[in-house]
Amino acid sequence: MQPIFAVRLASVFFLLLVPVCLGQTKNTCLDCHSLLDAPLKVTAEEFAANIHAQKGLTCASCHGGDPTSDDNAMSPKAGFRGHIDRKRIPELCGKCHTDAAYIRQYNPSLRTDQLSQYHTSVHGKKLASGDTHVAVCTDCHGIHNIRPASDVRSSVNPLNIATTCSHCHSDVNYMKAYVIPTVQFADYSKSVHHEAMAVRGDLSAPTCTTCHGNHGAAPPGVGTAKNVCSTCHVYQSQLFEESPHKAAFEAAGLPGCVTCHSNHAITPPNDEMVSTGERSICTTCHAEGDAALQAASGIHGHLRDLELRITRSKQILDRAEESGMEVSQAQLDLIQASDALTKARVAIHGFRPDKVANEVASGQAVTEKTYKAGTEALRERNYRRLGLSISLLVIGATLIGLRLWIREIES
Amino acid sequence: MSPFARVQSWLDERFGWAELIAPLKHKTVPHHKLSYWYFLGGITLFLFVIQITTGILLLLYYRPSANEAFESVQYISTQVRFGWLVRSIHSWSANLMIFTAFAHMFSVLFLRAYRNPRELTWLSGALLLFLALGFGFSGYLLPWNTLAFFATKVGTEVAGQVPVIGPWIMMFLRGGPDVTGATLTRFFGFHVAVLPGITTVLLGLHLALVQRFGISVPPRVEKQWECSPHERQEMKFFPNFLLREVMAWYTALAALAVLAALFPWGLGTKADPFAPAPAGIKPEWYFLFAFQTLKLIPAKVLFMDGEVLGVLAFGAAGALWLILPFAEPKRRAGGYRAVIAFGIVAVTYIASMTVYGYLAK
Repeated sequence: MQPIFAVRLASVFFLLLVPVCLGQTKNTCLDCHSLLDAPLKVTAEEFAANIHAQKGLTCASCHGGDPTSDDNAMSPKAGFRGHIDRKRIPELCGKCHTDAAYIRQYNPSLRTDQLSQYHTSVHGKKLASGDTHVAVCTDCHGIHNIRPASDVRSSVNPLNIATTCSHCHSDVNYMKAYVIPTVQFADYSKSVHHEAMAVRGDLSAPTCTTCHGNHGAAPPGVGTAKNVCSTCHVYQSQLFEESPHKAAFEAAGLPGCVTCHSNHAITPPNDEMVSTGERSICTTCHAEGDAALQAASGIHGHLRDLELRITRSKQILDRAEESGMEVSQAQLDLIQASDALTKARVAIHGFRPDKVANEVASGQAVTEKTYKAGTEALRERNYRRLGLSISLLVIGATLIGLRLWIREIES
Repeated sequence: MSPFARVQSWLDERFGWAELIAPLKHKTVPHHKLSYWYFLGGITLFLFVIQITTGILLLLYYRPSANEAFESVQYISTQVRFGWLVRSIHSWSANLMIFTAFAHMFSVLFLRAYRNPRELTWLSGALLLFLALGFGFSGYLLPWNTLAFFATKVGTEVAGQVPVIGPWIMMFLRGGPDVTGATLTRFFGFHVAVLPGITTVLLGLHLALVQRFGISVPPRVEKQWECSPHERQEMKFFPNFLLREVMAWYTALAALAVLAALFPWGLGTKADPFAPAPAGIKPEWYFLFAFQTLKLIPAKVLFMDGEVLGVLAFGAAGALWLILPFAEPKRRAGGYRAVIAFGIVAVTYIASMTVYGYLAK
């Protein structure tokens, strides 16, 4: 190789390497903190997974100092703040998260009212009054491992919110000073909402923040509990508003929906709740012989009747289908009866037996038709089997006749 | 003179009926312990006639468009008197026909009935089997249900893997880049016009060749008869053989009646071209061995695309199957053993891959 050519080649490599080396910003914070023990330990992997690091923020964005310098990394002259006091955390996060223009650069759809909401929350109010045991941003979102809420690994992803809240709210010792129950998470884990969220993976199902709010978290009061439920259960809420129970509940200071359905432990409702039986909810307030209990009994009777009719139709149609009969139209029609039953169950919230009976009647008409279709299909199946038997007898007799004929010819 | 004799005399005067059926009266069929295998061809023919009859009846109500096909088949199955029976018999008979055609072909192979001078009978028979598969493939789509829709999608995609002309074949079969109503109309045309036309001609040729050269005697039986001529047995075609054939037809009819009445052919759900393909979709049983093979071939085999290699291998095997009688080594004694071995390998492979494909998820 000629010397002049070697020099040129080396120059090219040097020019290529310089920008690559310059692109890797020095982080002296991680150099030390990755070697320290908890709670001061922060690994490079943990920091790299942090949404803030991914957006280009560094340790200095929150802690100050100069991570690029070995000498000034923790220098007060470089604005080093060190450990952030819990009381100052909301304001520190709010510095960026209230700045719409700043946040827009990274995520234009991210809200910037978290801090103002936090100030209205029970957590925010207590912090302002000097109670540092209450939740601040980092208690829910994490510190160096903050991920976006859409990430299923995030502590504030809908799937994980209940567990995150339960870290404090299920801790009997921690909550002792606040005199509030600690069974919310245990109750919620048994609820129909939890089943929808955790088992069926329905992220639209309610979790703690859906009813209590997130940054502005507070318990809904007696008067507003039904408003929380009605954000999803709109029709039930409208019916309740027009029902005789509305005024009665208000007079008795009862919180609407929660009175019958409970709050955190909302189990799947069943028809027995509106009856006079052992699992009745109505008997909690209404005494035996009460006209309201007679109405409840009537409503329960209607629902039970339609349910039985649907089951009976389903059974006969399934039997016909298993026999190879074409009953898909009747099966499809039967869905209308199930829909009518659902509507009737919703209509209960108006506490008017006649309204429930109307919905039930439309379902009953459908079940009459589908049951008849099932009966006819089974009759047709039997007719076919009879026809098959006769045909096989005729074919068998013909075969015997042919065999005898052949024998006669060949004898 | 009896009425029957009078009709016979009337026909004789006009068509020379007696002269026409004279060869039938003298025609004989070899009779030995393996004669029963001969009935498979007759049963296949009988099932084909049932296919034509029930197919014509279905045509009275069937509508070959994506908007109406499913509904018209549903109407046939639920509203038309005995429509369910006609449709069920058509579907079951199609499957039985393909089964008996396969069985007939392998019986011909193992009894070595393809030998000189019956090579063309084999060739026409093998082509008829391929046509039967074509009937199955085109007819499967006609009810326009979910399974048929996606099976056709997969099937035509496989055809598209043929090197050079594959994309053109796929486009031709589908009537466009995707399986749509145009494909249904096309398949209907193939099923009720193109394939029946070609089949009728080939079937006529096949039957004429069978009539011309008679039924083959297996070499082992032939040798036995040559050693002891007194053991040679033949039976009259009419009525002795024909009556036995009719018995076989009746037995097939009984099997068909049981299947059609106890297991009516299902309809499924209407095809939705925008819905995702259901999990574990499989073709009809007679394509299952090929489908499973293509699934098992790795994506890349050396420098070739695995699926292309599979399609080419099946093409080559099909071509070799057609020319089997000509490919049999004749110069050395026992050359036929290679053909028999090939047949055993083929039947074992088809059966095992079909079972595997059926059980595989």
